[in-house]
Amino acid sequence: MLAAALACAPLHGAGGDASAGEAIYARCAACHALAYDRSGPRHCGLIGRRAGSVPGFAYSEAMRRSGIVWDAPALDRFLADPMRTLPGTSMAYAGIADAGERADLIAFLAIATASAACRGSAGR
Amino acid sequence: MSFLTIGGAPGAPSTRRSFVVRSGALLSGAAVALLAGRDALAARAASPAEGDVRVLNAALAAEFEAVAAYGLGVASGLLQPPVRALAQTFQGHHREHADLLAKTVARLGGAPAAAKAEYAFPTESLATQADVLRFAAKLEQGAVSAYLGAVPLFADRDLAKAAASILGDEAMHWAVLRQALGEVPVPSAFVA
Ligand code: HEC
Repeated sequence: MLAAALACAPLHGAGGDASAGEAIYARCAACHALAYDRSGPRHCGLIGRRAGSVPGFAYSEAMRRSGIVWDAPALDRFLADPMRTLPGTSMAYAGIADAGERADLIAFLAIATASAACRGSAGR
Repeated sequence: MSFLTIGGAPGAPSTRRSFVVRSGALLSGAAVALLAGRDALAARAASPAEGDVRVLNAALAAEFEAVAAYGLGVASGLLQPPVRALAQTFQGHHREHADLLAKTVARLGGAPAAAKAEYAFPTESLATQADVLRFAAKLEQGAVSAYLGAVPLFADRDLAKAAASILGDEAMHWAVLRQALGEVPVPSAFVA
């Protein structure tokens, strides 16, 4: 279902390719899922959401107080080097250094986090 | 276990203890980084050890989840005996990783992350042995990426080496699971 949505989806973000981004999202799969909380928060409903706002998820102080609202530029900055961009974050991950890979990933997130797979689990 | 002895004096006992015991090296490492004008590591945490604890705890939380996920697979009744045995072996490895990570966090003065009482797994999508194998493969792939993303964050190079050792083990799990699924076991020359 998600694959079908991606196949006919327009390009989002900074010209990213969402289907390439889906493969990059596999790197997040130790800690995240779209529709449920793991050691990282669920991603459904991410775009436009205030950082640190999934109810019941134990965020770091740094994330809760960041004032970030997740859009493509904010994600691009955070994902490039999470611990540097947001000192004190509990997302202990070096990030995605390649700007093209980040654009693909963000294009995927823009579609997947608003997809049918997310219905009823957006955590708002 | 040989990775535990790096940097130790020749003939030093190859114990888990030696892996974290030389914490005096932490500060000098960061000091050198600062003197060299490389403030990236220093900027990441209040102290190098605190940053390392955060990275270790993120890995620990994922290891606990992997132990639970394999437990779910083993208890599902969906796995044939040889596959079930494999899952138990891999679960044991993750348990060993978790033990070592928790001890290391404690030794660095941190509070080890605890396992959750309950994990949300997509049980409704696990109906066959192949489903379980695919689910486990995805977790292992993610774990490999997570460790790859953790290695450069450690202020203590011994911890980076230990993380790389775990990464190697989990990459082998991933390859074996792909093989069991009939997929190309090693899909590329590099992991990402
Ligand atoms: C080692 C585990 C781990 C990995 C790997 C990881 N994350 Fe995270 N992520 C977390 C944790 C933990 C948090 C909560 C951080 C906090 O509270 O400071 C988080 C938070 C986030 C947030 C903020 C969400 C919110 O609700 O405000 C985004 C966005 C995010 N991660 C995206 C990603 C993406 C994309 C990847 C893959 C490239 C990824 N993460 C890889 C653990 C991880």
